[in-house]
Amino acid sequence: MKLTLKIWRQKNAEAKGKFVDYQIDGVDGDMSFLEMLDVLNEQLVAKGEDTVEFDHDCREGICGSCSLQINGEPHGPEKLVATCQLHMRSFKDGDTIVIEPFRAKAFPVIKDLVVDRSSFDRIQQSWGYISVNTSGNTIDANTIPVEKEKADASFNAATCIGCGACVAACKNASAMLFTSAKVSQYALLPQGRVEATERVKAMVRQMDEEGFGNCTNTGACEIECPKGISLENIARMNREFLSATTKS
Amino acid sequence: MGGFLKSSIARKFAMALSELFLVFFLLQHFTINFTSVFGPGLFNQWSHFMGTNFFVQFLLQPVLILGVVFHFIMGFVLEYNNRQARPVKYKKFNGSANTTWMSRNMIWTGLVVLAFLGLHFYDFWFPEIAHKYMEVNPDDPSRYYPELVAKFQDPWRVILYVISFVFLSLHLLHGFSSSFQSVGWHSKNKEGIRKSTVAFSIIIPLGFIFIALFHYINNV
Repeated sequence: MKLTLKIWRQKNAEAKGKFVDYQIDGVDGDMSFLEMLDVLNEQLVAKGEDTVEFDHDCREGICGSCSLQINGEPHGPEKLVATCQLHMRSFKDGDTIVIEPFRAKAFPVIKDLVVDRSSFDRIQQSWGYISVNTSGNTIDANTIPVEKEKADASFNAATCIGCGACVAACKNASAMLFTSAKVSQYALLPQGRVEATERVKAMVRQMDEEGFGNCTNTGACEIECPKGISLENIARMNREFLSATTKS
Repeated sequence: MGGFLKSSIARKFAMALSELFLVFFLLQHFTINFTSVFGPGLFNQWSHFMGTNFFVQFLLQPVLILGVVFHFIMGFVLEYNNRQARPVKYKKFNGSANTTWMSRNMIWTGLVVLAFLGLHFYDFWFPEIAHKYMEVNPDDPSRYYPELVAKFQDPWRVILYVISFVFLSLHLLHGFSSSFQSVGWHSKNKEGIRKSTVAFSIIIPLGFIFIALFHYINNV
């Protein structure tokens, strides 16, 4: 398959970027999208040109490293997959593919298609954990019974890989789905209830400070999330936050 | 209150509360207006009550105006913040792949509704306030129906009202169901709530369109 790639190239965070067109031939439908970019980079190396920078790590959809806005959608046109799981059979011979970095004030571009998603780390660090004594006398978590429905909902929320597709898809660049998944995974469990009030306030405050937009419930985040994180988590975080505010 | 409204969730919560309040007002406004289809009797009676009752005039009316002003100002503030959150736009943004047109264009449908409110105030509210509190006319409980019918004799006004109600419907189609999410409402009957809000968002504006067309056609 022969493709035209329109790729955002930007030397560094301060430089002004631009789209550069590349022609690529011999693309196999069984290649992943990242493998196709590997082939392009090999061609660029052979020509002595600067390679296209993009984030990747596990290449099996669990690390949340890969990003890319592909033809106007984060992780491309397929649903419930990360860019590394997107195969080139989703495209046709002769297609033009526009590849951009995730765009948000809180996700500044570092180089080409690589963005700084450390704002997510700071939200997680603000209280995305439970305080447990791990000095040797840790009580087994399974000694506390948890209703199956709540355990399932908590585990579903915990499948968030923090890739940032929710922010990239949202017209407001809101991080509500990510933050709500992290709040929910603890709020649903007895171990997380102990610090639930402080947690939701701290994580929402950090989310706002990072410069993400406001959620307007368009639902784009849920649809584009490679792990299918539900909007119900946002409703839960709203309840948790409003309830926490009345307690202060 | 100011500190509370610094949070993005609290702002959306306040926005949703004002939305639900305005939806309730819309239902009440429609119910009274719809009585005009059956003749002047009931419509004049209700309009006179609403126009002269102390509780309605000096408590509910200011709350309503505050609600409307708050909804619009907060809408603009949120829109401004959201635009700041993505300073560099995408070259290609396929919004239709994952969202409805209504959810992406709330600011524009809201601006049309705001412009309509200007016209509506010019048509009905300002003359009413002037009649009651400035000109100090004698109380006439039968004046409301003829005033309403007279306004809908101008075809351009009718066209503007019809267009505005279409935009109101588009605004409500996202806003009404969205407000439940913003207040943290979660029900197992999510689909039932969505269908009810969609039905309301179509039926009520259609009803207002029917009233405007009814009085125009009835008196041509």
